[in-house]
Amino acid sequence: MAIPLVYNVRSLRARWSSTVVAVLGIAGTVGVFVAMLSLARGFEATLVASGSARNAIVRRAGATSEMDSSVMLEQVRVIEDAPGVERGAAGPLVSPEVVVIASFPLKGRDTEGNAQVRGVSPKALAVRPTVKIVAGRVFQPGLTELLVGRNVAASYVGLELGKTVRFGGGTWTVVGVFDSGGTAYDSELWCDFSVLRQVYQRPQNMFQSATARLTSPDALTTFKDALTADPRVTVQIDREIDYYAKQSRQLTTLITVLGTIVAVVMGIGAVFGALNTMYSAVAERSREIATLRALGFGSGSIVASFVVEALCIAFVGGLLGCLAVLPLNGLTTGTINWQTFSHLAFAFQVTPVLLTWGLVFALLMGLVGGVPPAIRASRARIAVALREL
Amino acid sequence: MVRIDGRGDGSSLIRARGLGKTYQRGGEEIHVLQGLNLDVDAGDFVAFMGPSGSGKTTLLNLLGGLDVPSAGSVTVGGDEITRMSTRKLTAWRARHVGFVFQMYNLIPVLTAFQNVELPLLLTRLSKTDRRRHVETALTVVGLGDRMHHYPRQLSGGQEQRVGIARAIVADPTFLLCDEPTGDLDRKSADEVLELVDRLVRDHGKTVLMVTHDPLAAARARVVLHLEKGVLVDT
Repeated sequence: MAIPLVYNVRSLRARWSSTVVAVLGIAGTVGVFVAMLSLARGFEATLVASGSARNAIVRRAGATSEMDSSVMLEQVRVIEDAPGVERGAAGPLVSPEVVVIASFPLKGRDTEGNAQVRGVSPKALAVRPTVKIVAGRVFQPGLTELLVGRNVAASYVGLELGKTVRFGGGTWTVVGVFDSGGTAYDSELWCDFSVLRQVYQRPQNMFQSATARLTSPDALTTFKDALTADPRVTVQIDREIDYYAKQSRQLTTLITVLGTIVAVVMGIGAVFGALNTMYSAVAERSREIATLRALGFGSGSIVASFVVEALCIAFVGGLLGCLAVLPLNGLTTGTINWQTFSHLAFAFQVTPVLLTWGLVFALLMGLVGGVPPAIRASRARIAVALREL
Repeated sequence: MVRIDGRGDGSSLIRARGLGKTYQRGGEEIHVLQGLNLDVDAGDFVAFMGPSGSGKTTLLNLLGGLDVPSAGSVTVGGDEITRMSTRKLTAWRARHVGFVFQMYNLIPVLTAFQNVELPLLLTRLSKTDRRRHVETALTVVGLGDRMHHYPRQLSGGQEQRVGIARAIVADPTFLLCDEPTGDLDRKSADEVLELVDRLVRDHGKTVLMVTHDPLAAARARVVLHLEKGVLVDT
């Protein structure tokens, strides 16, 4: 039978000061690790949630995003007639759209932030049923009226309901606020596409994308096959959810890699903390260890005992680190979406999976910090160690 | 019967032949034990005396399988322990040897009960049986009412009695006591010695004890002196 766990737990309590140092080192590392991952997760989730499995976004072939795409009016007609497109009372549910970037002063800061302004068709809300008007009303076609996402209203000066704002050479009135459930649309301003094109002096027969509501998620293949085979259009078609996932990939990868690098560097420090704690524990308790071995506990039991002790430190540290970042869950922050160069508000997402990763990372640090001292403990000469004071 | 001439008939419990131990210190060889012979029968109570550095503790460590000799052999109950692997020797110690240390060597974060239970964790006894054995051992040493005290809550004499309870709880083949009264006042020392004496007298235990204390040695049936690495009868 192994050395009882109570021996390790009480030993840790008896040497509480060095235990606390090691626990805090691991807690800090796990906290940063989980926080960075939850940042990446939040960004990714916000963009991915913007897309619907039943929607297809059509862009010019080769375009990397809506910003460098163009879809002509005659192509929109072909898209509307394509098989698989849902049809409503107002005809096929296709929203040809125009996007521009405009800058507005950010609340609480002496700087401006870029916001994406999306000129949409009157069918936009039918194409994206998750978008709900939470205050005011929808813009009227032909007027310089804005419907703003809830994050826009909260983040920028002068974009609250009822306010007027100048951009692109026009004066616009905010007539409504919408909520898309925490997706990227919440960071956008929507208006009539024809008005936006006029204000920005864009050609009247050109859009940047067209989003089609499909009859079902499975209808994408039929829709895609029909359009790619049609010589009148040269477009690329993505499921909307995949398009936004691709958009999130670059920044998500960057945050994850940076977060991991920071966590690993901090982790090395924490491992040294754990090593120091465990080596001093082994040194302080060399006679206890020798006594246990004299009584008949084998080297394996000694190694297991000290590794378990290190894992206890790591587990408590990991738990504390996870608890420390829990309040971040749902906290809204913002960054530039590198694909659209516009400000995107998103919330930290501290998920159970990330917390598990945090605990696994902590236990890994405990293992690395615990094994070498444990091996040293098991290899000391009993007869010599018994004489140590 | 205890013999140091190497002519035991092979029926003895503990038999050492040509035992030698040499240490290296700064390029110099120090011969602590040299060709030592010893035969101890079951139920004997042997005291080893000698000046500091004469090799008493080294001899005890070799007999208890805590150290390996540079030469010679140790056989206990027919098993030559000097030929055993480390793993086998560890298991052998757990089964056959009870150690009593000068500084008691109790685990400070464990209670008297938990300290005494340690050797039993290496057996197949159930939790209930372990409890029964521990309670019996602590009662034998007169500490039935101190089972849940931590070492820091006990006097030196009581700590050593817990140490003895730990040594006897698994009913080992023999006890090795290294200066068991070296850190105790006279009264506590007498109590501990009385206890050791009783273990030999009433329970038939075999005890090998290293001591500087002539009064402690006087309790033993045989007193052997270590001089220049060899045993001398007195």
